[in-house]
Amino acid sequence: MTVKLGVPSKGRLMEKTFDWFGARGVTLTRTGSEREYAGAVEGVEGVDLVLLSAGEIPRELAAGRIHLGVTGNDLIQEKLVQWDQKVEPLVPLGFGQANLIVAVPQCWVDVDTLDDLDGAAAAFRARHGFRMRIATKYHRLVRDYLRRGGVADYQLVDSQGATEGTVKNLTAEAIADITSTGETLRANHLKILDEPPILESQATLFRSRLAEKSDADRTVLRALIERLGV
Amino acid sequence: MAQSIPYKSRARIEAESICDGFVAAGASRFETDILLPAEVLLDLYGEDIRARAYVTTDPERGEMMLRPDFTVPVVQYHMESDEDPASYTYFGEVFRKQEDHPDRRSEYMQVGYEEFGGSNAAASDADVFGRFSEVLAPLGLRAATGDIGILIAMVAGLKTTEDRRVALMRHIWRPARFTALLKRFAGLTPVPPSRAALLGSDMGLPEAGVMIGLRGEREIAARIDALRADAAEAPMRDEEVELITAVLAVSETCPNALEHLRDIAVDLPGLLPALDRFEARCEAMAQRGIDVDALPFEASYGRTSMEYYDGFVFGFYCEQRPDLPPVATGGRYDALTRRLGQGREIPAVGGVIRPDLVLDLGGLS
Repeated sequence: MTVKLGVPSKGRLMEKTFDWFGARGVTLTRTGSEREYAGAVEGVEGVDLVLLSAGEIPRELAAGRIHLGVTGNDLIQEKLVQWDQKVEPLVPLGFGQANLIVAVPQCWVDVDTLDDLDGAAAAFRARHGFRMRIATKYHRLVRDYLRRGGVADYQLVDSQGATEGTVKNLTAEAIADITSTGETLRANHLKILDEPPILESQATLFRSRLAEKSDADRTVLRALIERLGV
Repeated sequence: MAQSIPYKSRARIEAESICDGFVAAGASRFETDILLPAEVLLDLYGEDIRARAYVTTDPERGEMMLRPDFTVPVVQYHMESDEDPASYTYFGEVFRKQEDHPDRRSEYMQVGYEEFGGSNAAASDADVFGRFSEVLAPLGLRAATGDIGILIAMVAGLKTTEDRRVALMRHIWRPARFTALLKRFAGLTPVPPSRAALLGSDMGLPEAGVMIGLRGEREIAARIDALRADAAEAPMRDEEVELITAVLAVSETCPNALEHLRDIAVDLPGLLPALDRFEARCEAMAQRGIDVDALPFEASYGRTSMEYYDGFVFGFYCEQRPDLPPVATGGRYDALTRRLGQGREIPAVGGVIRPDLVLDLGGLS
């Protein structure tokens, strides 16, 4: 057995992760051809790099198939039931910051709080005969948040991408999505509710609480964690 | 030898025997699909049911749900039949996600008994509760009772605007939100800055904003008008808030609770018809041999469960096993028949027993 480190397989998230580890003397590199998802770790012995979609890393950590993984805590908390019993956040990496928020059309001048959203949802359902639709891919987090906020008469509709466009396309009345600068929201004539975000997220290094470890693995993990200074 | 029988078989045998008891007492057998169309259930129960039920898709029939309970199918079945009154019993698996309690079963058996069309609500309530008490008697459980009808009457009887009553009524089943609304209507919490700004300006609709989405200008304007009208109203008086707090805090034996609520009703006379129904139920229970004098009553009981209980509610709990969910629950749900009946309403009261928990507690025989 070796210690397996799961890292996002593409894009800025991968580059920034490589930079973060590199700055701490652990060099991560992709090997093979441009399209092949293989990688190598230099600077510590006995660690395998596993390149994965960021969205799959929570599941792999929870299944114990990787020992460490880099992903956003939004994905961890959305995808894992009782996440804190399955993974432990070791260190926030200082990039990939984004908030999960609820946004409504800018023209809804009467809606700025969850209280408003609930009031508008009641009137909407009475008038249109169906529950107000909120488009999101973060079903569990959003449902929890709205339940705690006492919002009724809404329904979640699944949107796996281009969520900001759903309102204009009349497939949803409001959205709940990740945003970092809010620019895409503004460009789509949406505004963020004046409430604390559902979740503040950033790229984080997680440790699986469930992955099996030999004594040798434990030594390697300790050395790696010490090297990373976390 | 019992140990060699698989657990699920024993639960089924227990369920059958409880169900047979209800049949012997005159109930008709009911059976329905496990895979149910999701739409009706989602429309009724809202997004919360999605957190609790398993939703799947059928390429032809669309979103389907693994049966989360029997209530909707049995109501639909009864409303299509000509029998009236009628009583039904059934048993079968139900499926519930247990995100907050992964140690609890997500697939388990329910045995149900439901009465429809009884012209004497008090007698039907007492009858259903009595049957459940008798069946469960060997387990020595603690009964809990409440009456959502009293809470509905309380809100309907408040001296405030119709809009405020409607808003409070909508959230009877969400206690935290109910309290927040009450405080705002009473002027006890500050108006959010965004609301103050909206009301302070003569702003109608956004000057520069682009209108997008299905919720149109007229709907936005209507809500602004409603908010303005509400802001112009005097806050609810402290006395009204205190009356609500007093009603919600009632928790004693049925006769004492009734007396206590009658005292409160001196200042909240809207409660009286609901209290008369409560009293009639107590009498019907006593006639049926239920020890009403010792039966607990909690005004807030049942508020956090399904929204469609709108009268008597009850549950049976094992005091020695606080980790277990209730062994049985039930209540009156006339409002559900109204929603499903498209204008028709049928008095309905019933409940379910979990034979797996009955077994966990040692069984009935």
